[in-house]
Amino acid sequence: MSGTLGRRRFLGYVLAAPTLVAVAGPGPTAAAQLPSPEITEILDLNDLMTVAALPTANLIAVEVNPDGTVSFALPRAEVGQGITTSTAMLIAEEMDVPLERVRVTLAGARPELVFNQLTGGSNTTIATYTPVRVAAAIARRRLLDAAASRLGSPPRELTLTAGVVSDRRGGSVAIGALATAAAATRTEPVSVRLRPREQFTVIGTPRNRIDALAAVTGRKKFAMDLDVGDAKPTMVCRPPTINGAVGSVTNLAQVRALPGVTDVAVISTGVAVRAETFGQCIDAVRALRVSWKPGTVEGTSDDTVLRRLRAAELPIGLPPPTPTVEGRFTFYFRSNSALEPNCAIADVRADRAEVWSALKSPIVAQQSIAAKLRLPLSRVTVHVTEGGGSFGRKLFFDAALEAAEASKAMGKPVKLMWHRADDSRQGRTHPMCTSRVRASYLGDTVLGYHQRHTSVTTDLGHGLGEIITATAARLPVGDIGFAGTFFQLSQTMSYDFGVSTRLLSETGRGFNTGSMRNVYSPDVTCARELIVDQLAARMGKDPYEFRRDFLRDDRSRAVLERAAEAGGWGRTMPEGTAQGIAFHAEYKAVSAALVEIDCRPETVGRPVRDGVAGPRVTRVVFAVDVGLAVNPRGLEAQMLGCISDGIALALTSSLHLRDGHFLEASWDNYFYTRQWNIPPEVRIIVVPSTSEEPGGAGELGVAASMAAVACAYGRATGTMPTSFPINHQTLSFEPKPTVPPVPESPVDGLDHAR
Amino acid sequence: MPEHTFRVNGEQVTVDVEGDVRLLWVLRDLLGITGPKYGCGINVCKACTSHLNGAAVNPCAIPVENLRPTDEVTTIEGLADTVDAELHPMQQAWLDHDVAQCGYCQPGQIMAAVALVRRVAAEGRPVTDADLDGLRNICRCGTYSRIRDAIRTGAGNM
Repeated sequence: MSGTLGRRRFLGYVLAAPTLVAVAGPGPTAAAQLPSPEITEILDLNDLMTVAALPTANLIAVEVNPDGTVSFALPRAEVGQGITTSTAMLIAEEMDVPLERVRVTLAGARPELVFNQLTGGSNTTIATYTPVRVAAAIARRRLLDAAASRLGSPPRELTLTAGVVSDRRGGSVAIGALATAAAATRTEPVSVRLRPREQFTVIGTPRNRIDALAAVTGRKKFAMDLDVGDAKPTMVCRPPTINGAVGSVTNLAQVRALPGVTDVAVISTGVAVRAETFGQCIDAVRALRVSWKPGTVEGTSDDTVLRRLRAAELPIGLPPPTPTVEGRFTFYFRSNSALEPNCAIADVRADRAEVWSALKSPIVAQQSIAAKLRLPLSRVTVHVTEGGGSFGRKLFFDAALEAAEASKAMGKPVKLMWHRADDSRQGRTHPMCTSRVRASYLGDTVLGYHQRHTSVTTDLGHGLGEIITATAARLPVGDIGFAGTFFQLSQTMSYDFGVSTRLLSETGRGFNTGSMRNVYSPDVTCARELIVDQLAARMGKDPYEFRRDFLRDDRSRAVLERAAEAGGWGRTMPEGTAQGIAFHAEYKAVSAALVEIDCRPETVGRPVRDGVAGPRVTRVVFAVDVGLAVNPRGLEAQMLGCISDGIALALTSSLHLRDGHFLEASWDNYFYTRQWNIPPEVRIIVVPSTSEEPGGAGELGVAASMAAVACAYGRATGTMPTSFPINHQTLSFEPKPTVPPVPESPVDGLDHAR
Repeated sequence: MPEHTFRVNGEQVTVDVEGDVRLLWVLRDLLGITGPKYGCGINVCKACTSHLNGAAVNPCAIPVENLRPTDEVTTIEGLADTVDAELHPMQQAWLDHDVAQCGYCQPGQIMAAVALVRRVAAEGRPVTDADLDGLRNICRCGTYSRIRDAIRTGAGNM
């Protein structure tokens, strides 16, 4: 057990305010680390984001209210990952208040936070863990000081439990009654020590989400659930090909006269329609007769992109004289569409604008909206709403920008929502990419590992680029651009594979791309782990034992061993079924997945209406070590979601590009994992850690899950898969028309009552 | 405009709107009942699943003119009232298993689950893996395993 002697003191402030408001001061500078051949050991993406957030940590306040609650406006987006809950736990821990009395809301755009309001890179807990606790500890100390005056006992004789301060003589006072007395009339510095890990009673214990009750009763409010004045439903008639533009509209007057329609206006992305109901918007969108200008990738299809990727691949060098294992892998476009489609409310007036949307980069959104509307930044208010999933999608603010444009054009507030077909066809995608791998070996030694990842350009124009620019001088990667930097900082070589290189090359613009959960790692890791299986086979070793022997450190080996032991690695399985195992490290965390898959014909061909059956993952055992797990139950939830994503990426979910547009327009076209694909048995093991620091979790599990499914598929079928998802070559649905751009609303709902 | 009358969560309501407007938009845009969510608009994702006279339906596919004055629509907001409790056992099971992540699909998931359990109970049998495989509600957060666990727990308490 580490002693409390010598624990670092942290500085913060009590701000001048009517009630108690506490903030963390400038944090301790990140400790310098020794040089190492692995870039990620010097400085990884999370170090970069954490360092960028530090200077403004003192602008995020914990407030104590007279009703005994504690408020905190989190400058991040909650989109399902559970950060409002874990943040409330940090505050409850340091302040000794019950979790249910901590109110965590989402801060609107605060430009003064600069780089401290971007939700991404699984960085929230890593970056906010210390500042939030420092602010809470300062609030606690002030409460104790105020209680000492009130009760007439010295602070050292006071205890704070469940939101009540008690002295040794039977006196007590609730913190709400101290909120005013503990307030400061002028800003004062305060220094505190943080609670040591061995005294935690909240952090590290499994807790349910603080918004669970609201979610199961329908009371949780998403952007489209808000009642904002006269903001009426608005949708956009979109072009038949990606990023086409309006040429002319032949029946504007006729559509304006349709039932419920209040406004029709041409905007940069199509023709916006505002109506009394979204149903009437859909009908009006379908009724519009528009001639379209070409899009930005006119005539392009999967094969065209694949040829361009091949041409853009960086050289991997001449083959060495030693034996090698090589592979080329293709990963098709995938959609990061959440279940809540792109949507935003906007109320744009002549001299000001107000916008509501789930935004992971609200400052950049605010700047972009202000520029588009030609308004000063201070005249644009951006509210961050709870998000119905993100998976990277909400790093961008396409709907917010569009809503602002439509509201300005119509001179009225709008509640703008994309149709699902829009979200699939014009929404952002994980870019199509290829990975070429070569590993060389001799005897029992791997001499070199080289990976050339080639991708359609990923749009990082949501603020991460600015963070990279601002910290560029401190990066060891040289001038390789935003994407190259992101790639290098997010990838690591966990195996002792001799000389290792990995390079990213990007090609082609014109697609609407963005980061998708775990960004480059699922594809890069999937390719690597498949090659690892091949290396093991060449050396006559078991895939698990090979990985265990080549992993660089004990922490990595521990999760691998845990997954293998708990999953019964090596057990006898029927022909056509197999196990696969894979490892991935990122976000200061390590993970391993053991997957069992059933590829027998009767399983692959099982009947599923309007869906893809295919091989079924029958079991997943997932071991994870994120360092200090603030909320183990939330961590398990994130790993569960990551497993569902990994199965989808390996087996079923992709977009098909044909002649400048994506064919998918429905959840029954884009085959994200459904109940019939779910493994009946899932076990997630949170490996105990003695670490004092948390790692990132929201994206961590996707890579190992996808890779383990691919490895299991390869072992079950006897053929290494090289194209993902494996069902991409089979088009399993009838594509919907592109004109009109959205399908008709069905009328047969009563026939399907069950 | 024609008037349409039906019951929602125990109350008679009348709306003045074209008869072909789908029930989902009548609930959300005109009546302000926002528990049922939009996820596709074509009866695929099931995020809007609600009950009509106790059976699961998808309001995105029901023109409001199809409803009769005596038809009882139950949305997630009215589910607990059907058992006269703070929470329906299925909602409680959802809390016990901490199912929700973003929560967007969960009203529809819960309404579909309740209808499934009632249906198999009427058939005099327990919920099977095949029944659960047959649920079509999308959860893009991928919480499916916890949904299955919660349905089994909720079924035991219904």
